[in-house]
Amino acid sequence: MTTQVRTEPITVNLGPQHPSTHGVFRMRVTFDGEEIIDVEPIFGYLHRGSEKLAEERTYVQVVTLTDRMDYVGSMLNNQAYMLAVEKLAGVEPAPRGVWLRMIASELQRIASHLVAVGFLIQDLGAWGTPLIYTMREREKILDLFEMLCGARITNSYLRPGGVFMDAPEEFWPAMNELLDELPPRIDDLDDLLTDNDIIFSRTKGVSILTPEQMIDASITGPMLRAAGVDWDLRHRDPYDYYDQVSFDRPLHTAGDNFARYWVRVQEMRESIKIIRQCEKLIEPGPVRPEHDDVPWLLRPPIGDAYAAIEHSKGELGFYLVSDGSISPYRCHVRAPSLINLTLLRDMLVGELLADMFVSFGSVDINMGEVDR
Amino acid sequence: MNSTFLDNSLFRNIYCYLASDSDGCASRGYDTAVLPAGFEWLAFAITAFIIINIVINAGLGAVIVYIWGERRILGRIQNRTGPNRWGPFGMFTSVADAIKTLFKEDIIPDEADRWLFNLAPILMVFPVLMVLAVIPFGVGTFVVDINVGILFVIAVTSISGISVVLASWASGNRISIFSGMRSVAMLISYEIPMALSLIGVLMLAGSMSLGAIVEAQDLPFILVQPLGLFVFLIAAQAETSRTPFDLIEAESELAAGYLNDYSSMKFGIFFLAEFLATIVASMLIVTLFLGGWRGWDPIPSQIWFAGKTVLVLLFIMWMRFSWPRLRVDQILALAWKGLFELTLINIFVTAILIAIWPDPGITELLIMSAINWVVFFISIWLVSKLLRPSDYANPAPQPENPPYPVATDELPDEMAYTGGTTR
Repeated sequence: MTTQVRTEPITVNLGPQHPSTHGVFRMRVTFDGEEIIDVEPIFGYLHRGSEKLAEERTYVQVVTLTDRMDYVGSMLNNQAYMLAVEKLAGVEPAPRGVWLRMIASELQRIASHLVAVGFLIQDLGAWGTPLIYTMREREKILDLFEMLCGARITNSYLRPGGVFMDAPEEFWPAMNELLDELPPRIDDLDDLLTDNDIIFSRTKGVSILTPEQMIDASITGPMLRAAGVDWDLRHRDPYDYYDQVSFDRPLHTAGDNFARYWVRVQEMRESIKIIRQCEKLIEPGPVRPEHDDVPWLLRPPIGDAYAAIEHSKGELGFYLVSDGSISPYRCHVRAPSLINLTLLRDMLVGELLADMFVSFGSVDINMGEVDR
Repeated sequence: MNSTFLDNSLFRNIYCYLASDSDGCASRGYDTAVLPAGFEWLAFAITAFIIINIVINAGLGAVIVYIWGERRILGRIQNRTGPNRWGPFGMFTSVADAIKTLFKEDIIPDEADRWLFNLAPILMVFPVLMVLAVIPFGVGTFVVDINVGILFVIAVTSISGISVVLASWASGNRISIFSGMRSVAMLISYEIPMALSLIGVLMLAGSMSLGAIVEAQDLPFILVQPLGLFVFLIAAQAETSRTPFDLIEAESELAAGYLNDYSSMKFGIFFLAEFLATIVASMLIVTLFLGGWRGWDPIPSQIWFAGKTVLVLLFIMWMRFSWPRLRVDQILALAWKGLFELTLINIFVTAILIAIWPDPGITELLIMSAINWVVFFISIWLVSKLLRPSDYANPAPQPENPPYPVATDELPDEMAYTGGTTR
């Protein structure tokens, strides 16, 4: 005779104050034992009204707001916003400025992926050691940003038509030194983490998303490429001078946590390739158009423009509407962090509590961008 | 007077100073007596009290030093300095932390079951302190050497599992409940391989007394019992719930698990018990597998013991700081599908070898260790083949057969996204 044990689901509120929610994210999760049967994501705890604030500021002042959206990818945010402004105002960018911002944004992509990989391992329960190893490389990239624009996190380096200041003399040797240093470090990361049986068995086959699901939810970025969809805006719709550089697009077919992690590690190598090519192709010249052509107080003609870039997290787009005044009439952000989160419930239901934050971390979101 | 107590030099010196009239002391040449005849019980009580205080305080002091050392070494491993402000090399950081913990407000949640909530930390720390009683720290340096030492250790340490369940239940916190459920599953599962891994040592030593096991190690049992050490090391990590087995207080999942609602010194006691358990586990590893206090003159045996313990602790820290955590199902699979089989193989092989050489000398022990190491590598390889997940069949997509619906290239031009302005 078997006795039936009566069980009942338990609803737990995780966050917004929780060590692993990557900021202030809240999930109301229903568990059956350790298994997740329902997830209700609740966000908005970091809402600062960036889009509304942009309507009160001039086009150049809005750059500082974009820095604070995804604060581990400030350069990329700047780039996306500037592309939109240039398209709206019809600004012809200065070539050296474009090369410089490509270099800056690829460096930022490496830094952002380092953060993503490090915190994924942290969510897996490692005692901070891999995280600090990735942070060590990120620090050097932030040092380079400090040389470029004096700031480390909130750069505000880009201006309509280029960048606000040329790179100093000492930037180039420092960058080359870093580029020589990075590939062995990434190999080390591979040795320590990718070949690690614990990490592999923890992440393989967990939270699988199919390409159909992700295309339907308009998920982009490394998540999509981890399922084998070859969709990279740098390749599909080259902005800036990405059509003049060559790089591979790492793809994985599994679409699980390991594939997402793996794609990010490989993309760092590709970014290094791109930076090296940029460095060869860059030529002396002005870093932004003359002040007479592009004044600080831009008054774009009436109209709207959408520009998107391949952010480290997915497609980051800025949609700007101009009414002919000095500030945008409307500024909308297509934030990859928010849109990539839309399938969170599909990812988590059926998985265990232990994998919950790993899957959540493998989306690589940033609450500053989700809530804006 | 029980002669086992009088073999203990520390005990003998104090006890015989107080009451030398007893037979054991007189035959050992003690003649002074502080207490009159008939007060042997008082002498015994005072001696026991002094020794217990010495051992417990030494244990607590070791924890303070250990926490400092762990933080320094964690700093070295992670490319940073670690604590270095308070005292030379930051040595007093843990002292400051302990004082700070003492002065924190002690909060008991409204939902908590007060009685169980207060009982849990006590239940956590006292089995660990009790294990200290049977460990031989050096020649004649032990509290008591009982003849069922290993059985005592295994029996007493299993109490701490109950305290985790009590703490998680009594907190009245849903996140803590997960921790309690996990501890039931994990701590109890790992007690079985932990106990079984010691059978080989028992068979070789022919005794359960920890003192006798040290005496029997002419060749350290790490050489003769590699599988036993391997399983015991992993099981001890799990029992003390350290990374990669720190399911119970998994920081990234459960915040702090059963410790969520504890504050002040109750939290401090849990922490103390956890670190003390690690030290005790490495002391047991040293006693059972690394020859205990045995070493070479002129270095005293206590130093040998402490040095070996530090080495084992360093190894455990290294493991702890390098690896991420296993999932709960993987941890249980490792216990039941991996370690359990390894212990059975170990018992089987050791039993056959002892049947061949019932009273092994040093040569026989060397042959046994050679055979055991071969068995070690083969069985570890087999078990890791069994437990490792299979690799991806095809990680990179084939260009001619992509795993996704190819829509973007076939869409009509006016529908395809070009990224252009909508103006």
